Amino acid sequence: MSGWHTGTLAQLAADLRARKFSSVELVRAFLARIDASQATLNAFISVTREQALSDAAAADRALAAGSAGALTGVPIAHKDIFCTQGVRTTCGSRMLDNFVSPYDATVVAKLKGAGAVMLGKTNMDEFAMGSSSETSFYGPVRNPWNPQLVPGGSSGGSAAAVAARLIPGATATDTGGSIRQPAALCGITGIKPTYGRVSRYGMIAFASSLDQGGVLTASAADAALLLREMAGFDANDSTSVDTPVPDYVAALEQPLAGLKVGLLREFFDKGLDAQNEQRVREALKVYEQLGARLTEVSLPNLPLSVPVYYVVAPAECSSNLARFDGVRFGHRCESPRDLTDLYRRSRGEGFGAEVKRRIMTGTYVLSAGYYDAYYLKAQRVRQLINADFTRAFASVDVLMGPTTPTPAFAIGAKTSDPITMYLNDIYTIGANLAGLPAVSIPCGFVQGLPVGLQIVGPHFSEARVLSAAHAFQRVTDWHTRVPQGYA
Amino acid sequence: MSAWETVIGLEIHAQLATRSKIFSGSATAYGAPPNAQASLVDLGYPGVLPVLNAEAVRMAVKLGLAINARIATQSVFARKNYFYPDLPKGYQISQYEQPIVAAGALDIVLDDGEVKRIGITRAHLEEDAGKSLHEALPGVTGIDLNRAGTPLVEIVSEPHLRSAKEAVAYMKKVHTLVRYLEICDGNMQEGSFRCDANVSVRRSGAHQLGTRAEIKNLNSFRFVERAINYEVARQIETLESGRAVVQETRLYDPDRGETRSMRSKEEANDYRYFPDPDLLPVVLDAAFIEQVRATLPELPDQKAARFASQYGLSAYDAGVLTGSRELAAYYEDVVRELPQEPKLAANWVMGELAAALNKENLEVGCGRLPAARLAGLLRRISDQTISGKIAKEVFETMWSGGASADAVIDAQGLRQITDTAAIERVIDEVMARNPAQLAEYRAGKDKLFGFFVGQVMKATAGKANPAQLNELLRKKLA
Amino acid sequence: MALTREQIASIAALARLDLTASEFPVYQDSLSRILDFVGALDRAHTADVAPMSHPLAGLSQRLRPDVVSEQDRHEHYQANAPQVAAGLYLVPKVIE
Repeated sequence: MSGWHTGTLAQLAADLRARKFSSVELVRAFLARIDASQATLNAFISVTREQALSDAAAADRALAAGSAGALTGVPIAHKDIFCTQGVRTTCGSRMLDNFVSPYDATVVAKLKGAGAVMLGKTNMDEFAMGSSSETSFYGPVRNPWNPQLVPGGSSGGSAAAVAARLIPGATATDTGGSIRQPAALCGITGIKPTYGRVSRYGMIAFASSLDQGGVLTASAADAALLLREMAGFDANDSTSVDTPVPDYVAALEQPLAGLKVGLLREFFDKGLDAQNEQRVREALKVYEQLGARLTEVSLPNLPLSVPVYYVVAPAECSSNLARFDGVRFGHRCESPRDLTDLYRRSRGEGFGAEVKRRIMTGTYVLSAGYYDAYYLKAQRVRQLINADFTRAFASVDVLMGPTTPTPAFAIGAKTSDPITMYLNDIYTIGANLAGLPAVSIPCGFVQGLPVGLQIVGPHFSEARVLSAAHAFQRVTDWHTRVPQGYA
Repeated sequence: MSAWETVIGLEIHAQLATRSKIFSGSATAYGAPPNAQASLVDLGYPGVLPVLNAEAVRMAVKLGLAINARIATQSVFARKNYFYPDLPKGYQISQYEQPIVAAGALDIVLDDGEVKRIGITRAHLEEDAGKSLHEALPGVTGIDLNRAGTPLVEIVSEPHLRSAKEAVAYMKKVHTLVRYLEICDGNMQEGSFRCDANVSVRRSGAHQLGTRAEIKNLNSFRFVERAINYEVARQIETLESGRAVVQETRLYDPDRGETRSMRSKEEANDYRYFPDPDLLPVVLDAAFIEQVRATLPELPDQKAARFASQYGLSAYDAGVLTGSRELAAYYEDVVRELPQEPKLAANWVMGELAAALNKENLEVGCGRLPAARLAGLLRRISDQTISGKIAKEVFETMWSGGASADAVIDAQGLRQITDTAAIERVIDEVMARNPAQLAEYRAGKDKLFGFFVGQVMKATAGKANPAQLNELLRKKLA
Repeated sequence: MALTREQIASIAALARLDLTASEFPVYQDSLSRILDFVGALDRAHTADVAPMSHPLAGLSQRLRPDVVSEQDRHEHYQANAPQVAAGLYLVPKVIE
C-alpha cells in the first residue's frame, strides 16, 4: 500500500471497489498519519476514530456486496462548522466546546449517503472569521509547507490536512475566500460553488448571504467528484436553488479551446506581490497554449469589495451569533447573577477577540442612525459590483487572476491590525458578494511556498470552471506536489 | 364637551390557525407539555434555517382582502433583533418595510348607531415568541418554547379610535372577522388573540398627537376597556398637574385595575431591523391572490346587510345575529324551516337561546338544541297552538330534556285553549266568583281588566289564547 | 472616525458582550480603524441603485405545505442544555 495516501479520491474509490485494500485498512492508515501530524499541524479538533472504523467496516461490507456508491469507504474530513450528529461540533470556539450536535448538516448526510467515511472535524478560525486559522480556541493550524507559517483561513485545518495528505478530501466553507485562500497558501485545489448550489442547512451561519459550502482536494477532478455528491436542492434551506446538479466528473474533459478568459485589471494591482504575479502570468501562458483567448476586463467597483464585505458580513454575523446566549446550548458562565449577567459573561467568555470585534462592528452598522450610511450603502455598492461582474461575463466565459496577494505569511505577523488581515481576501471577496462559483488551483511556487490561480465563472458554471482547472492540471504537475515530510 | 381628546391605536396579534408553525414543521396545538413542540428550528440551534408555511401566507392574504387592503406582490421578512430568553435566535422574524398587507379599513358601529371607518395601516406576518414562566420554580424563570414560531398576523390600526368603547368595538370587529375567515380561533384565554393599545391624550381641537404610552398584552375586551379608561385618566391627571407623560411600555394589572410602567421605550431596544438573508422575497402573483379571494366567505358586514333586507330585521338585530358565522348559520337554518317568521326567530335566537347558552357557557354549535327543533317550537307559536308565554316553559323542558316541542306540549297538555265556548265558560266562572271587582270595573276602574285576565289565565293554567281571551272578556265585562 | 469609550460600552451592551477594562481601548482602536476603512464606500455613487440582499436576483421564497413533520424530541435536544428542569430551560429569575 505504498503511496496510497497521495492517491486521488477517484483513484482511492476505484481501488476500494476493486478490493485492492479495505476501507478499514485505508482508514487506519490515514488515522495514523493524522495522529502523527497533530502536534505539528493541529489540523484537527476532533478525530472520530471509533466511529470511522465502524463506518469503514460497514463500507467494506457494502463493497463486498457490490452495493457501493461513488464514495463508499473513502475517508474524508468535515470542517468543524458542519453539524455532525452525535459528534462534537465546535466551530473553533469555546462557545461550542461542549456542543454535541443532535443532527447532521445536509452536506454531511449527503456525503454519508454516498458512502464517505468521516475521520474527524477540522480546525478553523473561530466561527469562520479569519484568513489565517489563528483565532481558533484550539490553537492555530500550521502550514505543512512551513510550520511557522499560516495555512490560510478560515478553512485552514481542512486545507492543511489535504495538503499534508492526511485525508484525500475535506469539506470547507467560504464566505470571503475561506476555501480559496487556504487552497492557494497550501498548494491545493479548492472550490466555492455558486450561492445556493450547496445546502446551508447544518452549516453554522456566519454571514448568511455570503456563506457557501465547498471542498478542498488535491485536484479539480477530485473536487468535481465531491461536489457532485454534496450539491443539490434542499427543502430545509430557503436559499437553496432547485436546479439539477450536472455530473461535474463527466464534464471535466470539456474541451478548453476557445475559452474566453478575462483578466481583471483590478486584480493585477500594486498590492500583488511581484513573484506571485509572475507565477500567475506563467499559468495564463499555459492557458493560452491550450487555446484560451485572453483579454483584459475591468470591474471598476471591485476595489470596494473589501469595505462592502466588512459591513455586510459583520452585520449578518452580529445577528446570527445572537443565539449563543448560554440558555439552550453552548457555554454558560458560572453562577449568573441575573439574566443580563448570564448573557454578557457567557458571550464575553465564549467568544474570542475577532468574533467580538465583528459582532460589535455589525451591531454598530445596523444600529439606529447608521443603518442607511453603512448597511444600506454597502448593499447598494454590492449591487454595483454584481453588475460589473454581469457586464464582464457578457464578453468572457471566465475570469482569471491571483487568489491571494502574497504567499503564506508568518503566524502572528498580521494579528495586530485587523485591516492588514482583511486585505488578504481582496481578490476572493468579489465572488462571494455576487454569489459566483470560483476555484483556486496551485500554479507554482515562490521561495518554496505555493501560489494559487483563481478562476471565477458566472452563476452555475461549476462544470466549466472545474473543467478549465482540470485542463491546466492535465498538462502541469503543481497539484501533485506534496510538502516535505508528508510525501 | 371635554377639554381633552383621547387618541388610541391598537396593534392586534392574532395567532393563525395553521397546523404547523410559520417557519418549521412543529405542531401548533395548544397545551402540549413544555418544549414538546419545539424543533431544532424553533430552538434556534446552530445551523438551522427557516422555511415559510404556505397556509400562513394564504391566511394573511385572506385577511388583507377582507379589509380591502392592497396585497403586496412582493413582501420581505426582516429580523427584529433583541435579547430575551423566550426569543431563541436573539431575533424575531417579522416584516418591517415591506409587509404583506398594506393599508385597509374596517367599519365599526358606535353606540348611537353611527358607522365609523377605522383605518388599518398595515398587517404583517411574524413568528410568536415562547413563554417565560416566572412562577414555575423558585429563584428561576422557566422557558417553554412550544409557542415560539407560531404564526402571527399583526394588525396595526391608524390612531382613529377616540374612546375605550370605540377601541373595544374595533377589537370585537376584528375578532369576529378573523373567526369568520377561519384564520384564527380567537381564543383569548389561550392567547390566540392579543392586543396592545397605544394611548395618548391632547387638548380638544389640537392637531399634534400627545406623547403616547403602550399598554401591552391585553387579552380580554373588558381589560382593554378598563385599561384604556384608567390610562386616559392617568395621563390627563399627569398633564393637568403640570408634568409630562413619559413615552413607555405599560402593563395592565387586572387585580388592581391600573396600568404600571414596564420599561421606558427609549432605553429599551434598538431593533436593528434588516432583511432576513435566510428568506427570499415573498412574491405573490394575481392568480394566487384570486385563488385566495375565491375562498372568502360572506363577510360579517355583507351578511348583516343581507339579513336586514332579506329578513326585515333592524340593523342592530342583524348585527347581533351575524356576530359569528355559527350563530348566523343557526338563525338561517331556523328561518329556512319557518320562512314566514323571521322576526320571531330573531327574537328567540337572540333571547331565550342566547341566554340558555350563556348560562352554561356553551357555543351555538354545541348541538343541545338543533335549529330544526327550535323551529318546531316557534311553529307552534306561529300556528297558535301555544302562547308565547307557554312556549318559554316548553323551551326550558326541551333545553334540559332534549325532546321535540310537540312531544312536550302533548305530554304536559299545554295546548292553547282556542275554543270560544270553553273560554267563555271560564270567564263566566271568574266573573261569578269576583262580584266586587266586577262592580268596580263596570263603575269605571279600567285597571281591573288585567285582574280578570290574570284570573282566567290562572284558571286555565295559562292556556287561554290571549287574543281571544281579550276580545271575549271585553265583550262580557262591558 | 474615532469611537468613544461610551460608544463601545453602548455597543457592547446592545450585543450583550462583557468587556474587561483593558479590552475597551483595543476595541475602540480596531473598530475605529474598521469604520475608517469602510468609509471608502462613500466614494461610490449609489443614488439610483437598489440594495442587494441576495445574490440570487429574481428568485422568490418557496412556500412549504402546512404539514406537521416534527415529533417531540425534547429530551434528545435538551441533552445540550446548561440547566433544565421539568422540561423547561432555566435562566435566572426575570422580573418584568
